[in-house]
Amino acid sequence: MALRIDPAHNRFRDIVRGKIKQNLRKYISNGEWLGRRGKDVVSIPVPQIEMPRFRFGQQGQGGVGQGPGKVGDSLGPADPNEDGQGKAGSDPGEHVLEVEVSIQELAAILGEELALPRIEPRGKERLITQKDRYVGIRRVGPESLRHFKRTFRQALRRQIMMGNYDPQRPMVVPTREDKRYRSWRTTPLPQSNAVMIFIMDVSGSMGDEQKEIVRIASFWIDTWLRSQYDGLESRYIVHDATARAVDRDTFFRTRESGGTMISSAYKLCAKMIEDEFPPSEWNIYPFQFSDGDNWSADDTSSCMEVLKKDILPKVNLFCYGQVESPYGSGQFITDLRASFTDELSVVTSEIENKEDIADSIRAFLGKGK
Amino acid sequence: MAHPIAPLPESLFVIQRAIEEHARGYGLDFWETSFEILDYKRMQEVAAFGGFPVRYPHWRFGMEFDHLSKSHIYGLSQIYEMVINNNPAYAYLLEGNSLVDQKMVMAHVLGHVDFFKNNYYFSKTSRRMIDSMANHATRVRRHIERQGLEKVESFIDTCLCLDNLIDPMSPFIVRHETPAPVDTEPPPVEVPRLRAKSYMDKFINPPEYLDERRKKMQEEREKPKRNPPEPERDVLLFLLQQAPLETWERDILEIVREEAYYFAPQRQTKILNEGWASYWHSRLMTEKILDASELIDYADHNAGVLAAAPGQFNPYKVGITLLRYVEERWNKGRFGKEWNECDDYDVRRNWDKKLGLGRQKIFEVRKLYNDLTFIDEFFTEDFCYENAFFSFAKNASSGNYEIDSREFKKVKNKLLYQLTNFGEPFIAVEDANHDNRGELLLRHRHEGADLQIDHARATMEALYRIWRRPVCVMTDVESKSRLLRWDGTEHTDRMV
Repeated sequence: MALRIDPAHNRFRDIVRGKIKQNLRKYISNGEWLGRRGKDVVSIPVPQIEMPRFRFGQQGQGGVGQGPGKVGDSLGPADPNEDGQGKAGSDPGEHVLEVEVSIQELAAILGEELALPRIEPRGKERLITQKDRYVGIRRVGPESLRHFKRTFRQALRRQIMMGNYDPQRPMVVPTREDKRYRSWRTTPLPQSNAVMIFIMDVSGSMGDEQKEIVRIASFWIDTWLRSQYDGLESRYIVHDATARAVDRDTFFRTRESGGTMISSAYKLCAKMIEDEFPPSEWNIYPFQFSDGDNWSADDTSSCMEVLKKDILPKVNLFCYGQVESPYGSGQFITDLRASFTDELSVVTSEIENKEDIADSIRAFLGKGK
Repeated sequence: MAHPIAPLPESLFVIQRAIEEHARGYGLDFWETSFEILDYKRMQEVAAFGGFPVRYPHWRFGMEFDHLSKSHIYGLSQIYEMVINNNPAYAYLLEGNSLVDQKMVMAHVLGHVDFFKNNYYFSKTSRRMIDSMANHATRVRRHIERQGLEKVESFIDTCLCLDNLIDPMSPFIVRHETPAPVDTEPPPVEVPRLRAKSYMDKFINPPEYLDERRKKMQEEREKPKRNPPEPERDVLLFLLQQAPLETWERDILEIVREEAYYFAPQRQTKILNEGWASYWHSRLMTEKILDASELIDYADHNAGVLAAAPGQFNPYKVGITLLRYVEERWNKGRFGKEWNECDDYDVRRNWDKKLGLGRQKIFEVRKLYNDLTFIDEFFTEDFCYENAFFSFAKNASSGNYEIDSREFKKVKNKLLYQLTNFGEPFIAVEDANHDNRGELLLRHRHEGADLQIDHARATMEALYRIWRRPVCVMTDVESKSRLLRWDGTEHTDRMV
């Protein structure tokens, strides 16, 4: 139902998302309410814009209340957003989940905010499938699709109108005109086969913070691509001096501490494409994250070779994100850029901190390849 | 009519008429009231619009809606009743509420409408506000069409920073009596002389000195009058009259000001108004309307409305208990000199002169009082202790709110402090030509609490956008007089 307030509501949301009226940004506060959904305690973000006014400082000066208690009894934290600092207690910790929007909505927001163009499915003919959905009711159709409830309702209506319905002896007999059938609409659905191959460097130099960045970035990329493609696959590769394919869970949790040979991962990736994902049928998106500290120049040059020969010709896009690390030289990105100056399908990005993740995703996916 | 009202279903309409009949029997005096049933979404929309079906386009209403719908979805709160101060009054019922809830809301709403109609503080508000709001919306839309959304909305934002700079009492005061135009020459300046014997006069009142004084006084008299002549608390009015605004800007500022004045009495009478309505819904429900089978549900919901969690100040509860307390005192004759001077506990406890003046007294209270005067007059020591009031404050070391006192004086002071001027600072225009440079000088009447400086500065920037000349605010910071100034590019701050 359309409401009169919708334009104002949308405008408010646009302001909060930072799309319009940047001058109000400084007045936005991100409040939080705790609510319940089933058994879970959920945190409900309530962004608020508070216009400045002449008012008193020390907002926490208290007030007047009513009820039992001695002088000195606590009534709870003055500022609910400030708590959680080293409070010990005997209650079990409650699990707080963030709620707000579904993944689909998030992907839409991401699409708007990062201005990502839609990724075109490759090879159109093969990738279109048709999907039938039951969307309505019509008067003719096969008996197997007869809608019993609607049919009988129609019959009942007719009988009441004609006055031959007796509530004492409720008998409803549909005639041919009463019959209602489900009807469907056929919609073409771009059925595209895409695979994301996430490669992460888990050598000793990648700390928790670096992995956190990789985790967030991969999550968003994953979300975005899933919103664009039906039937999306993902594969995960971790490597130190050797590479191995792992499942999603391991990918995000694992911590190893060996040296770094990026070529091992590239070889595994190439093999994976070769064995499982023929490029004629798959859109392939490798995303590599590393701190850019490769073991040796030799290994780097063999990386470039594998990349050039076995990977790039087959993939839609090759993305390399380099996470800033306190250790390591971060040389790899420089080498990569030097080797592929003219190659449009290679995108590199440096991610210094969490704030850069959005920029990096924009760099990766903004091309719409 | 801006908004078509769907008629109430017959079954509810009959109930409405019955409740009205009972209410009239008790002496309530209200306007014709139209109830409309809304589904929860429309209810939230109307609530976000402050009870009106239409308001001008602005994100702030969207924000309100966002909060209301979230708190509804997660079951944190729901809107029970809503009524507009308008003649005829408009009120809303939530679709799908049980019948007992609808009855309770109707009874409650009649209490509000009676209050709107009869309380003195509402006497100057527009009773056709539903139409005015719709007109405001049209006017703002027209400005948006001509000037562009971005521009108009930003100007509204600016005005909203200032919408508390009004004088809620001004509708009742004839402040500036325009003096009759004086045609006659004012009498020549008289220099006061010291008394002296005639032969000494030349020495005691030397003519040169007198001439000098005369000249000075003449100059003083010819000096331009101050603008404004006295400090003006209605800052918005002052700006409307004197700021260099474009026509559309003036129109918007006028709208913001008019709406601020319309809502001011509701903020001034929250406790009394809600208390009054709750008093009457519970009277009407328990004495007249309630069916025996509905009793438990009613009691349950009523308890929800009147609940006070520790540390919370529920205006419904405080209002109704204080009204009942007043009623009891006047019924039993617990007032006057004799009562005040009696300090025998037992005598006081059994004091009952059987005067039965309670009902009459609370009707008087609803006519003449606002929250501030209501609390000031009737919030007594006995009432404070009986109802376990306390004051609380933030404990700096733990960061928690803690009960800091149960002492009557402290509790009452804090309460009055919060109610005075809505707990907001007193600010008035002092001089429109400060330093003889056309700068705007405002003065904050400091009463113990400092202004929040970052907010004050941002507000001054908003004032500058309207005044278009530097803006100064005189205030106290940490007990020292300071002059804050914004000249359009930088904030300065100096001692005075």
